[in-house]
Amino acid sequence: MATSDTVLEQQEVQGQDAWSGGKAPFRTSYGKLMMWYFLLSDAFTFAGFLIAYGALRFSSPTWPVPDFVFSTAPFGVHHKPLIFVTIMSFLLIVSSVTMVRAVQEGEKENKNGVVFWMLMTILGGAGFLSCQAWEWTNLIATEHMSVTTNPFGTYTEGGVYLTPDGKESDETFEVGESYLIHKAHEGHGEAEHGEGGHAEMDYSQGDHPGYFVDERGFIHRKFKVTEGPDAGMVKMEEFGPKAFGALFFFITGFHGFHVFSGVIFLFIIMINAASGLYMKRRNGHEMVEKMGLYWHFVDLVWVFVFLVFYLL
Amino acid sequence: MSHLSYEEAKKVVYRGLVLLAAVTLVEVFCSLLAKGHVIHELKYITWLHYLIGLTLIGLSLYKAYFIIYEFMHMRYEVKGLAMSVLLPTVLLIWAIIAFFQEGNSWKSRRQQIEEKNMEEVGEGPVKQESMLLPDTYILKLEETF
Repeated sequence: MATSDTVLEQQEVQGQDAWSGGKAPFRTSYGKLMMWYFLLSDAFTFAGFLIAYGALRFSSPTWPVPDFVFSTAPFGVHHKPLIFVTIMSFLLIVSSVTMVRAVQEGEKENKNGVVFWMLMTILGGAGFLSCQAWEWTNLIATEHMSVTTNPFGTYTEGGVYLTPDGKESDETFEVGESYLIHKAHEGHGEAEHGEGGHAEMDYSQGDHPGYFVDERGFIHRKFKVTEGPDAGMVKMEEFGPKAFGALFFFITGFHGFHVFSGVIFLFIIMINAASGLYMKRRNGHEMVEKMGLYWHFVDLVWVFVFLVFYLL
Repeated sequence: MSHLSYEEAKKVVYRGLVLLAAVTLVEVFCSLLAKGHVIHELKYITWLHYLIGLTLIGLSLYKAYFIIYEFMHMRYEVKGLAMSVLLPTVLLIWAIIAFFQEGNSWKSRRQQIEEKNMEEVGEGPVKQESMLLPDTYILKLEETF
């Protein structure tokens, strides 16, 4: 009897708000600890996706070269590899820094500081999403990449292109370079080399001396192999590994969805902070801190998406 | 939470901004260097590609460390919390090795299937009197022996 009384007493004295067990595990709050474990599980989801990308890339004989695929930026910028995604990375880094500032102001219980820096973070996140929207639009509408079609291929042998009437041109290429298969009668943003844009040429479906037009209107240019065991043979451009498009849209889409939901939650928490809700709470601006953990995680994942998709 | 004063913590944040931006720029430069955009001839040096690949992975891990320890304040949490979050990610090392090995294996299987498809077969299905199924084809003898 006596012992259980003491235990109850202790819980009543110390157990307030510390998980009701008297002492907070890991000397942190329940909310923050659970945010950490949620982020750990989310990290495994992303790791699974990125490892799948790696395994499929290893399994393919060729893979599109990232600095060829991602070399376009808005306002007519072409052949500038990785510039646009670097800007996107900077946006996320800056928004991460503004988020740290919001958390610091929250610790000082400075309401206006929290709202200002959270607004900056929202702007950074929205800027990143806009950039991604442009990148996707360009890949889907201009370059005709989809979840099942990958018009970015890679040469497995050196060669020389044929002119539209089937003679050898002076346009040569090397093993390992990438190409983009264009669509007939559609602009391709002059992003890549290739003669896809001449309106006077006959792009009816079927075989032509210098190219082959498939049923969906993709123009597979023909070339003569100049090195390797097949030297002298005439071949045509083939589609690249299918998995590339699916992996790109799923993984960057999943990350973009995290950024999107992050922006929504940042907005809600900013409104709450502005209303003075967190000034009244006993744990102060801890909600801003938890949001900060999530937002930094989104930046952290981008570090690896950036590494895997664009740098390697 | 943080053991630094407000002014010190502010300084750490802006140092972090400069550091992360600089590391990102170095990464992009290294990547373009290996792909031959800066000096064209470097494109053909295979060992350089592996070296720069490893450098890029190292720099990315450093960025991840910095974000977790400074921005997410892991440095100021108790050790048990840090370990319970960070140690499970060690499993990923196994996953990376296992699945990349698997990917390599799919590649050699694919080549094997392609080679098999190229092999020529004799004319028509085998005669019904043998024990083989009617849609079985036999490799041309002079091709195989």
